[in-house]
Amino acid sequence: MLAFVVTTILSFIIYLLLTTGSGTDIVIFNENFLRWSFGEIIIGIILSVIVGIIARKIFVNKNYRMANPIRWFGFIAYIIGPFFIGMAKANIDVAYRVITGKINPGIVKISPDLKTDLGITMLANSITLTPGTLSVDIDEDKNDLYIYWINVKKEALKKKPVDCKYICGDFPKWIRRIAE
Amino acid sequence: MLSEIVDNIVYIFLIIGVFFNLIAGIGLLRFPDVYTRLYAGIKCTTFGSIFICGSVILLGLKMWYQGSSDGTVLVIHTAGALIAILITNPTGAHAIARAAHRSGVKPVGAVVDDLEGKPARKSAPIKKGADK
Repeated sequence: MLAFVVTTILSFIIYLLLTTGSGTDIVIFNENFLRWSFGEIIIGIILSVIVGIIARKIFVNKNYRMANPIRWFGFIAYIIGPFFIGMAKANIDVAYRVITGKINPGIVKISPDLKTDLGITMLANSITLTPGTLSVDIDEDKNDLYIYWINVKKEALKKKPVDCKYICGDFPKWIRRIAE
Repeated sequence: MLSEIVDNIVYIFLIIGVFFNLIAGIGLLRFPDVYTRLYAGIKCTTFGSIFICGSVILLGLKMWYQGSSDGTVLVIHTAGALIAILITNPTGAHAIARAAHRSGVKPVGAVVDDLEGKPARKSAPIKKGADK
């Protein structure tokens, strides 16, 4: 029941955000900011109840850890801070490699020791968008990631699986704080 | 005065975004194999799209500040598009890279390949006798 309520409220909020500007029956702040017509809101309630019935088991599985606002703020801080700096570095690195053509590639294995699906998805996407690396495959039993690395360092290859700090820096710490 | 400053920031954001998308295009032409091409294509198009969407969001905020009612719609819809790009772009890259490696494309000039010889995962079993 709680899963249904959470899913319905979230889809209703998203529906309202996407259909703002449809009429002037309900107005928040002033007419230029957010406004809706009654018909749009009734349709929105019906549609979000349907979505809540269908998607409640997919959207919420087992626990409500991610309903905590502290985790949302942590996520936003992560996106603005280390993630964006990593992306900027990555793009300067790509520009350098496009111009000079120097590559020294390889596929290495790392074990970031994250347990949840959400955490490992966030880590894989972060690794793909940050410098020098592209996530290729995952070992689903142990949550190990296989990473395509465009400039393999010699000293990192002494230990297998390769240490996380060469590939993704502090990201596993941040993601453990957000998603686990 | 404020309007002109915001306009200049929008131009700068557009120039940065277009520059990185151009780098992505040149990278696609210059790099030797599928992984390096994905590497160039994914990172630079995502970063460039962030700046292009950011310029549209700034323009929408300026329109809202000046009293036009379309500003909020522009901001919210562009932010939705940006979130969708940020989630789907690396996921698609991951899918293409995995498919390429499983169908036998090896990285050009690889120093090390830990994925070589790893069996296909257990959670996706291949049906025996399905092709008879």
